Amino acid sequence: MAILEDKIREQIKTLFEALQNQVRIVNFTQEFECAFCRMTREMLEELGHLSEKITVEVYDFVRDAETVKRYAVDKIPATALVGEKDYGIRFYGVPAGYEFTSLIEGIIDVSRRKPNLSQDILTELAKVDRPVHIQVFVSPTCPYCMFAVRNAHRFAMASSFITADMVEVTEFPHLVVKYNVQSFPKIVINENHALPGLPTDTEFVRAILNAIAR
Amino acid sequence: MHVPGFILDTVSSEHSYPLDQNVLYDILILGGGPAAMSAAIYAARKMLNIAFVTVDFGGQIRETSEVENYLGFQSINAHDLIERFQQHVKSFRLPIGVGARVEAVFRNDGLFTAVMEDGLRYTAKTVIYATGARHRQLAVPGEKELIGRGVTYCSICDAPLYKDRKVMVVGGGNSAFTAALDLSRGNATIILVNNARGWQADAILQRQIRDYKKIEFLDLHEVVRIEGGDRVEGVTVRGRVTGEEKTVAVDGVFIEIGLLPNSDPVKNLVELNERGEVVVDCLCRTNIPGFFAAGDVTTIPHKQIIVAAGEGAKAALSAHDYLVQTSRL
Ligand SMILES: Cc1cc2nc3c(=O)[nH]c(=O)nc-3n(C[C@H](O)[C@H](O)[C@H](O)COP(=O)(O)OP(=O)(O)OC[C@H]3O[C@@H](n4cnc5c(N)ncnc54)[C@H](O)[C@@H]3O)c2cc1C
Repeated sequence: MAILEDKIREQIKTLFEALQNQVRIVNFTQEFECAFCRMTREMLEELGHLSEKITVEVYDFVRDAETVKRYAVDKIPATALVGEKDYGIRFYGVPAGYEFTSLIEGIIDVSRRKPNLSQDILTELAKVDRPVHIQVFVSPTCPYCMFAVRNAHRFAMASSFITADMVEVTEFPHLVVKYNVQSFPKIVINENHALPGLPTDTEFVRAILNAIAR
Repeated sequence: MHVPGFILDTVSSEHSYPLDQNVLYDILILGGGPAAMSAAIYAARKMLNIAFVTVDFGGQIRETSEVENYLGFQSINAHDLIERFQQHVKSFRLPIGVGARVEAVFRNDGLFTAVMEDGLRYTAKTVIYATGARHRQLAVPGEKELIGRGVTYCSICDAPLYKDRKVMVVGGGNSAFTAALDLSRGNATIILVNNARGWQADAILQRQIRDYKKIEFLDLHEVVRIEGGDRVEGVTVRGRVTGEEKTVAVDGVFIEIGLLPNSDPVKNLVELNERGEVVVDCLCRTNIPGFFAAGDVTTIPHKQIIVAAGEGAKAALSAHDYLVQTSRL
């Protein structure tokens, strides 16, 4: 049975008509698939059929150790959106609920090869001169989290120093404890700088610059 | 885990008909909830030159899962309802600025200018102000400090975190009961605390939660303090009759005590009441000619989707009448 409803599939087809360049969706699962691994893979494969500009590659978390390492994937299901290079855009857990929108818009951004950000934000992001790892913890029902995820992914596209993960945390309960997640969205920058709630673009960039301030 | 399907909400972050700073619009609609969307449909059908600016589409409806009291739908998934509203608005191909927060609205020579957070400015002959409301805070010690550390205002966002845990819900109306229902799905132990006597939620919501075994009802109690260092550890409440204080150990506090109108951007422009709501008459007019308001941001008492939608329609028709009567078209 198809995972995506016909109505959504039609909407996506229309959106994907505007895809400009090739997008690789790189998915990590394993032989004995967890329920959400399977749901994620099947959904991505369905997306792959909606545009010739999209290819879906499925890797095994255990067997394809080399690729797992190259994409620095540490848990599954994992999904990377890749254009002419790997921008560091990752989804851990199933991109369901509103995060499905983050996935579709991420694909569109990657196909354009540039994120939709204002010049002011791009200027600030150009100041980032060291590795930054952003994790946005979300729940599948959170209606506002996608705005944080979208920005984190756009930032990853804009700066080669930034990598950004969406983490659907109810699938990884140990991370709830590790990062003390008590509300959604929760943003963690470089492991130890936390931002609860939904920041504006400017607040988000400022927090990144603060996190790497010498 | 409950997976809410795959939701496509691309309009909320991007739209292809951007606004033009050099155009003088007939009507500028501010907000993206049911009031604003209904206003847009009525204004668009009058073939007026309108523009629409909002942070997101759907407003507070985004925070609920099912809507069971909108005419024509016995029960509809909240996102599907937003989607229908959105498609209806989009069919008119209006200039829409999404993701844009209005910081202030000014009036100059009878024209209105809305200044956005990012400095952009849009000008119009009339404004329909429908920015809705946000969650009210308790204003007790510990609350601000523990926001995001166990103190929460969005049950649909955070309820999944409190599976099998103990939680206090503060409030006695529909939102508090909805939060309790969200939490009951994760088998949480719930203490519902209301500072008023009894419970104000719709009877049907009250009935839905009454059978849940792990809920305790505590009315006539007020929250004195939220306890905890790095995270919520408990809440101290005081009995309003006995004056007795007790501290209850909980992992989280869901605060659902009503709304604060999003009227800050216009507080220096129009008359507000003591609660900060924009004062409107039955035609959605404010004390400033040409400035109309609708929905939860106004003094209209019943904060509901159908009421907001009706008010939005009225505001659009009133704005049209104003433009005609003052020969501004
Ligand atoms: C949890 C919950 C459950 C509910 N359940 C029901 C229900 O079952 N049935 C029912 O009838 N009602 C329900 N309601 C109430 C209903 O959602 C509201 O009455 C209705 O949404 C009000 O509509 P509105 O358009 O006035 O404002 P809102 O829905 O609050 O929308 C305001 C809009 O303005 C935007 N905005 C705010 N500030 C700015 C700014 N500065 N610049 C630009 N845009 C801005 C917001 O992003 C938002 O899009 C519920 C509310 C909540 C919180």
